[in-house]
Amino acid sequence: MLIAIGVATYALRMSFVFLFEWLDTVPTQIEKSLRFVPPAVLAALAVPALVTLSTDPVAGFVFDSDRVVAATVAAIVAWQTERVFLTIVVGMVALWGLQVV
Amino acid sequence: MPLLLGVIPFGFITGATAVDAGIPPLQAILMSSLVFAGAAQLAAIELYDQAAPVGIIVLTAVIVNLRHLMYSASIAPYFNRFSSGWRWVCAYGLTDQTYAVSLTEFQSNSHSPQSSRVFYLGAAVTIWVAYQLSTTAGVVIGARIPSELSLSFAVPLTFIALLFTVIEDRTTTIAALVAGSIGVLSGWLPYELGLLSGALVGVAVATFIQQSRTVADSSQEISACSEAPDTQTERDNS
Repeated sequence: MLIAIGVATYALRMSFVFLFEWLDTVPTQIEKSLRFVPPAVLAALAVPALVTLSTDPVAGFVFDSDRVVAATVAAIVAWQTERVFLTIVVGMVALWGLQVV
Repeated sequence: MPLLLGVIPFGFITGATAVDAGIPPLQAILMSSLVFAGAAQLAAIELYDQAAPVGIIVLTAVIVNLRHLMYSASIAPYFNRFSSGWRWVCAYGLTDQTYAVSLTEFQSNSHSPQSSRVFYLGAAVTIWVAYQLSTTAGVVIGARIPSELSLSFAVPLTFIALLFTVIEDRTTTIAALVAGSIGVLSGWLPYELGLLSGALVGVAVATFIQQSRTVADSSQEISACSEAPDTQTERDNS
């Protein structure tokens, strides 16, 4: 199983090298859409890690308020500074602070 | 190099979460040199932890890594002057950070093929070494960090931090908002299919909005020339 993942991820990397070889033919529309991949993927990774939908016992959102507050603080830092390291540090410190309280 | 501030914690978190998810240490380290793409690795590790089928893990990693297609498309004109062997080497080193720093450099200063290759490889090798060392550190030290410190929270934080670096305008904001909401609403789907559907719908909606805006712009221009284009009638019908 693990070896399969290793091989598959290697194939993944090679596929990008291969795609790179015939790049001249990437249609402009695809190139335009690719611009939206990073924000869409990162948001789809980040938001569900903080808030999830639950139907049991009743429909509603499930979240840990400490994490949501810390993530919001981090998001403000990220928005204002666009600095990755600073965002992570502030978010972690905010979470630790909230957990201690 | 301030860029390393973004690479080192990423490598560390990747190593630590991989071991935490039950991936053997050696394979966790190998993963960083084989894949060499933090966000895809983190997504794959999370899926591995949920015992998702290999096909789903790979598909998710491919989608997370689709952005490399965009990078290689935009940096290709500079790579074309390298020999084919160097292009294969350089393509391997094409990460978010290498791309950002090299493209900025190539656009602002003119380089001979050799000096641009040296610049690019210098950036790529520095980032590669920092990433491998920090992954190893994460694998070794990460397991000893008590769970009360909630180190796993650094993963969504990393995604948030990166998210704000790629949001440039209204359309990219919409892509992120749609993808995030759909991701949450379809979170009940197994194996992070919520992530896939969120990302795909986000890209689709943003593309649609961008296209209709382009059509609106061009039809305005053309109707100024009193010539009604087909696209405009199509748009009015829809």
